[in-house]
Amino acid sequence: MRDNRRTSFVLGALLLASFTLITLDLRGDGGPVSGIRSATASVFGPVQRAVSSVVTPIGNFFGGLTEDEQARLDQLEQENAELRLQQRTDDYTRQRAQQLDDLLRVAGLGRYRVLPAQVIAVGAAQGFGWTVLIDAGTRDGLKVDQTVLNGDGLVGRIEAVTASTATVLLLVDPESSVGVRIEGNSELGILTGQGLGPLELKLLDPQAPLAVGDRLVTRGDGSLYVPGVPVGVVESVKSTPGSLIRVAQVDPYVRVTALDLVGVVVDGPRTDPRDSVLPPKPTPSPSPSPSGPAAGSPSPSPAKS
Amino acid sequence: MPLARTVLAGVLLVVAAIVQVSVLSRLPLPGATPDLVLLVVIGLALAAGPTSGAVSGFFGGLLLDAMPPADGALGRWALVLCLAGWAAGRMQDAAERSAFVPLLIVAVLAPATLLAYAGLGLMLGDPRVTAEAVVASLPAATLYDVLLAPFVVPLVGGLCRRVEPRSPVY
Repeated sequence: MRDNRRTSFVLGALLLASFTLITLDLRGDGGPVSGIRSATASVFGPVQRAVSSVVTPIGNFFGGLTEDEQARLDQLEQENAELRLQQRTDDYTRQRAQQLDDLLRVAGLGRYRVLPAQVIAVGAAQGFGWTVLIDAGTRDGLKVDQTVLNGDGLVGRIEAVTASTATVLLLVDPESSVGVRIEGNSELGILTGQGLGPLELKLLDPQAPLAVGDRLVTRGDGSLYVPGVPVGVVESVKSTPGSLIRVAQVDPYVRVTALDLVGVVVDGPRTDPRDSVLPPKPTPSPSPSPSGPAAGSPSPSPAKS
Repeated sequence: MPLARTVLAGVLLVVAAIVQVSVLSRLPLPGATPDLVLLVVIGLALAAGPTSGAVSGFFGGLLLDAMPPADGALGRWALVLCLAGWAAGRMQDAAERSAFVPLLIVAVLAPATLLAYAGLGLMLGDPRVTAEAVVASLPAATLYDVLLAPFVVPLVGGLCRRVEPRSPVY
């Protein structure tokens, strides 16, 4: 009986504590709750970074298995274990070099000053949020709301930052909305994340021309994001009769489930780069192929890394 | 709760949370991430009763809420896992009689905690909680947790018995 009463008391106290925390956190005025969060981040950030440095090459190895690499792996299995190990490390290094090349290309085209960073943790799918943790923080000059991109295009923006890590809100998160512009004209729209599915584009002008295959870049002026970053390709257009707003589905350039190396734009360009950062138009057909928008161009395909 | 077991519970929860966020969530598993913290909480609750279960659930959940890159309201997982730990602790006697009861508990609590977390999110107006997202992760999360349970739950129980051979029932 005594134990039962004790249990009820403890349970009640803990539930009350949880509700208090939730309420305090939702008010969102800093205070003790954000203290808990940043303290946890400061303590566990370095640990997560260390764990990640061990896990990332392994994860990349399993995650990056395509048919091409599978064939190469079969061939490698005939060789001895030492050579195989060496080959894997080589592969990883080359992959990273490729990612850095792509990132530098985008940064150079858009005249962004970019700080490269490594993804060290990914938000659990059960949390319903689309966030990742990167290994750079205020110490490296990062601030909240800075644009995050990689060699393919826009990744998201920084949502929270500690001394050595930063949380990135990905563009597919339903809480993320990005001001975008259609390539080649000045039509503006707002792109909202929908989690797993394609992004949703709402054009401000319902009469504006919009076609499947149109490519989008960030808008810049007045928006959180730096201008000119490639975002995605229009996949399908829905026109609802009677509705003032036309809705389109957009396929993002960046594969958010396979993020590795990203760049944070610490300093934006002085002038809007307009459409110059977009990869060259695919020549064979105007519709985007599933293998990536730059398929068939001489430059390395951005959808590959 | 005696000191040795409190320390053990703390270490287990921290390790589980780090592994869950930095290792398991990065594996290319479709649908969901195995909820290692939940399994450790259930293991602790089955070894030490509902009070310890509720306490370890609260602190394990708090870790999940606060550890980056999580950005839900602080206290959501704490509330859900606190209740889960308490519920698992109530089943302590039944779990000692059969080895299948812990599996059954995991199979019930894994979807239940996920639904409770999603429900809390709905009440708090979290735009990221949608029916599709819940349906997509529910079977996968349950499956992964049930598969991991035969390894994690007895391991936690064994460690608890090792630091304190005759654990009294709270």
